[in-house]
Amino acid sequence: MSLSVEIKKKFKDFTLDICFSTTERGDIIQPSRVANELENERLHKNRSNERLGILGASGCGKSMTLKCIAGIERPDEGKIVLGDRILYDSKKKINITPQKRNIGYLFQSYALFPNMTVEENIGCGLHCGKKEKSEIVDNQLELLRIKELKKRYPWQLSGGQQQRVALARILAYEPELLMLDEPFSALDYYLKDQLQQELLEALEFYKGEIIMVTHSRDEVYRFCENMMVVDQGRVLVHGGTKDLFLNPIKVPVAKLTGCKNISRIQKVEEHSYLALDWGVMINTHREVGIGCTHVGIRAHDIRIGSIGEKNSYACKQVKQLEGPFENTIIVSLAGEKTLMWKISKTYWRENLHEKVPSMLHISEESLMFLYE
Amino acid sequence: MDFTPLVISLKTAITATLFTFLVGTYAAWRTYSKKQLYAIILDGVFTLPLVLPPTVAGFFLLLLFGRNGPIGRILSQFHIQIVFTWSATVIAAVVISFPLMYRSAKAAFLQIDENLIYAARTLRMSESTIFFKILLPLAMPGILSGGILAFARALGEFGATLMIAGNIPRITQTIPVAIYMAVQGYNMKLAYTWVVIIVILSFIVIFTLNYCERKKRGKY
Repeated sequence: MSLSVEIKKKFKDFTLDICFSTTERGDIIQPSRVANELENERLHKNRSNERLGILGASGCGKSMTLKCIAGIERPDEGKIVLGDRILYDSKKKINITPQKRNIGYLFQSYALFPNMTVEENIGCGLHCGKKEKSEIVDNQLELLRIKELKKRYPWQLSGGQQQRVALARILAYEPELLMLDEPFSALDYYLKDQLQQELLEALEFYKGEIIMVTHSRDEVYRFCENMMVVDQGRVLVHGGTKDLFLNPIKVPVAKLTGCKNISRIQKVEEHSYLALDWGVMINTHREVGIGCTHVGIRAHDIRIGSIGEKNSYACKQVKQLEGPFENTIIVSLAGEKTLMWKISKTYWRENLHEKVPSMLHISEESLMFLYE
Repeated sequence: MDFTPLVISLKTAITATLFTFLVGTYAAWRTYSKKQLYAIILDGVFTLPLVLPPTVAGFFLLLLFGRNGPIGRILSQFHIQIVFTWSATVIAAVVISFPLMYRSAKAAFLQIDENLIYAARTLRMSESTIFFKILLPLAMPGILSGGILAFARALGEFGATLMIAGNIPRITQTIPVAIYMAVQGYNMKLAYTWVVIIVILSFIVIFTLNYCERKKRGKY
């Protein structure tokens, strides 16, 4: 099953212009060697249903894209094709109703009907006889392990339970495509880990394709083999999740995937670049694409440096922020912009003896060369 | 004492409310989420009698249903006369109470989380199933209080009724008209009696309304 979307929709202050297909990836990806290996490994796993994560800041148009696919919102123009069915085509004047699209939509707020019990909620969309209906409902209740909630009303359930009921309600009618809209944003922070695990388990039974929208890079990394980054209504990149975390290609993608340190660069000579914002020279033998304007390094990838070592720089501590399990140290090199360095508390205690070293090392492998 | 005004008033208000309740809810359902021009115009038409002086609404009704009016002419071919009959009291009450019903139902529909409707659509529920299984039950407290308001307004209708139904004792004379006539004829005792009756009726309406509101808050 493949989904291909090509839609435009104008709003007062922004235009949604989304184009992607779940079978083809964007062609702007230049995977590094490491990424290639990961790619192979993933292909060998041979998953039938790859998950696509749509990552973007709030208000970037990612939920609107889902709504257009589901048929809740109507794009101004374009085409949406699922498998061999045309769901929407502005040229041919086709616009199939959401009822006939057979797409499951898990709403951020779960959208359980408050006037119905769990059982009624799950059964409400099934068009079949009473006996068959109750069999399907019982089967779903069992699969998601919520049998004991059958007669309760939504307001009597916790957030996690509501999510399971909403999921059971969708899975009961076996949609070809399942879309999850920010599935964890309505949950308490401390519950998230467990519920993410539970959702993964629940989705094991689901054989169709899954698209998940989120603003959390952790969720994308954990759930989705492929990801797409959307910014201001446009697709920036689309590719393998791990590839894109290793090589985000574009500055906004690097930021959205959590890269804290980004500097403009200027080529000085072959293999050496001046990082303008940090005020240091970076030497690399890696191939840097023509037109790369920025370099980035993740806060976790900075190491202790030593005098005389390539890409080691003298540093000065500006600030130190203590977290529960991790320390964040803000350091400055020779430039205006500071760098953020994250280290585990154990490392901080045992290897650094709670002191910021005089030299920092930025390793060649962890550098990310980026386009504007 | 002649109690026919009470009977006529109640009969008129009940008949009118039944009609407004169904049509007003239906009209609200079909237009509440629409943003097209026709829906905006319809909204204006449905609300107009609330803003217009009732005598003006009655004047328009007289134009429509009068012997030379467009509807009156058609009806006269079937030997049906509306003006100055009991049907006229009902029509006046319907037109005047309609906006209250329509707006209450519309507000009740609008306060329902639209994601519920979207979810229902992706769950393959037809629009009419969505109306009967989700919209109506969730909006019921608001729709009921709209119905009660409409009933109260129909019961108290005076201006439009006088214009189109006149004051014919035992046929079109409702309590408000009876009070007006009693005061006109210096029959203060009769006027007081009707006033007391209408105040009692009004209190019953208010208590029912509050009861509905309280139920609304308790549920969901």
